[in-house]
Amino acid sequence: MMSERQQLAYIAAKAADARVNVELEAEGMTLNIGPQHPATHGTLRIICRVDGEQIIWADPAPGYMHRGYEKLTEVRTYPQINTLVNRIDWLGSFANEVPFILAGEKLMGIEAPPRAQWIRTVMFELSRIANLSLFLGDMGVQLGAVTPVFLAFRDREYVLNQIEAATGQRFHPNYDRIGGLKEDLPKGWIDETKAAMVKLRHFCDQMEDLVMGNVIFQARTRGIGVIPRDVGLSYGVSGANIRASGVDWDLRRDQESPMAWKHADWKVWTHPDGDSFARYWVRLQEVRESTKIVEQLLSGLPAGSVMAKVPRIIKVPEGEAWVSTENPLGEMGYYVVSRGETGPYRVKIRSASFNNVSIASWLLKGTLIPDVITILASLYFILGDIDR
Amino acid sequence: MGSHLVPTDDLWVRVRTDAWAPAHEVLRDQLQMEYFCFLSAIDWKPSPFGKGEDDPTEPPVERDMTIRAGVAGGDTRFQVFSRVYSVLRHVGITVKADVDDESLSIATIANLYRGANWHERECHEMFGLNFEGHGDLRNLYLPGDFEGYPLRKDFPLLARIVKPWPGIVDVEPMPGEDPVDAEGAGPEGTGEAS
Repeated sequence: MMSERQQLAYIAAKAADARVNVELEAEGMTLNIGPQHPATHGTLRIICRVDGEQIIWADPAPGYMHRGYEKLTEVRTYPQINTLVNRIDWLGSFANEVPFILAGEKLMGIEAPPRAQWIRTVMFELSRIANLSLFLGDMGVQLGAVTPVFLAFRDREYVLNQIEAATGQRFHPNYDRIGGLKEDLPKGWIDETKAAMVKLRHFCDQMEDLVMGNVIFQARTRGIGVIPRDVGLSYGVSGANIRASGVDWDLRRDQESPMAWKHADWKVWTHPDGDSFARYWVRLQEVRESTKIVEQLLSGLPAGSVMAKVPRIIKVPEGEAWVSTENPLGEMGYYVVSRGETGPYRVKIRSASFNNVSIASWLLKGTLIPDVITILASLYFILGDIDR
Repeated sequence: MGSHLVPTDDLWVRVRTDAWAPAHEVLRDQLQMEYFCFLSAIDWKPSPFGKGEDDPTEPPVERDMTIRAGVAGGDTRFQVFSRVYSVLRHVGITVKADVDDESLSIATIANLYRGANWHERECHEMFGLNFEGHGDLRNLYLPGDFEGYPLRKDFPLLARIVKPWPGIVDVEPMPGEDPVDAEGAGPEGTGEAS
């Protein structure tokens, strides 16, 4: 005769067995990827239901890095928020500052002097190159090719050095101000940057040979993770992800902006396929175009001041403004509601990765587990840009 | 219902609460605004805590708590707004709608724009608004048992309540230095005009 305690243990063991059996007999099993996993960039967690190797459904679960920026903006002043928004997409930080500062300038009705706009555009493109060149190498790592990422880290440093030389910071420049820039460029910076652009173009050629020309890479990315045009637009997918689906839309070209892109001769590249390969291809071309923009703008840099006349304490008049720009990851915008104080009343941060990743549950359905990694890598998100 | 146009720049349209979803259907199907930019909400009732800069030793500050609506008007405390864009014609529009104070509920547009799914989930957990017909308003960021709605203005920012900003100055003056001078000679602000 079993004691009461033994009986309970027996029942518990039986119940556990039964659960395991149900799990084995049921269709598929639940596979948790992340939040800490080498193949996810940062802490994105994905809960998948798999049948063998095939995904039945996938549900991304962000929020492991939510920092509450929208709440924090309500208690900070405009110059203070500039340091906050730097940390949204930390690989292309300067690009985060620009739309916010432009929104502030729009509400105040001031415009930065031409030299400031041109340098802003140059720094914007430099942060795009720093951001996307890491992607170009990182995509190889996701497929087991380790060499490209080392080259990417090496060559990205040339750009980061230039950003550091001008702003004092490699990652979080905090260089933009309402009305202009913190300071002018240092001596000799223009020639050094042009030399770095040549190196970066060489890096692009290398990546074309090393990654894009690789047979394994092509086999693993061509026809994988296809985003049709209308589905992508409906999800709000933007940037290179949607241009890889054949949508010829780039906010740098298609929107009236005080920035200096209109003074350079460059192209918007699209790809009709919409698969992982197309997204890689478009980003590679984008880095090349960015190096051209930087060189052209630096050759024709106008003289003058880099700061307009602004009051010492910045008070933004009452109003609402929406400004977005074409950031390395896609459309990034700020909806700023001002009440005439030193800080905004409400800021809605529209970050690119949030929408780009929301398509993942649709996109991953029916794919195989190894493809999950390449598809997510090709969507290219930064966790801080999802969670804000 | 109300609109606000900044020529050559931007357009806001405010629609009735019950016209929220049909308006998006028109925008998507007839104006080819296929691209979904974002959806969010605003709490128009100012925060009772201000910027969390009150000195806790002083009596509470009286604040103006009247609701003032933004562009294109508004009658209720909460307002949802969304932005859609046409990638063919390069025009965008911001649509606003009031949310009823009693029910805090508005129709979903996730069946029209798939991207609205996550934005409505975020809006639900941050503002406590209900999107009728969404069906899957799980928390996106916050833990499941989180209480309160962080982006409502009456939700205190605890970091500022626990330790008031900019903090009571507790820096000791340098020896032989007049404490009043030390305070005045702080680092120059970054917003200095040139």
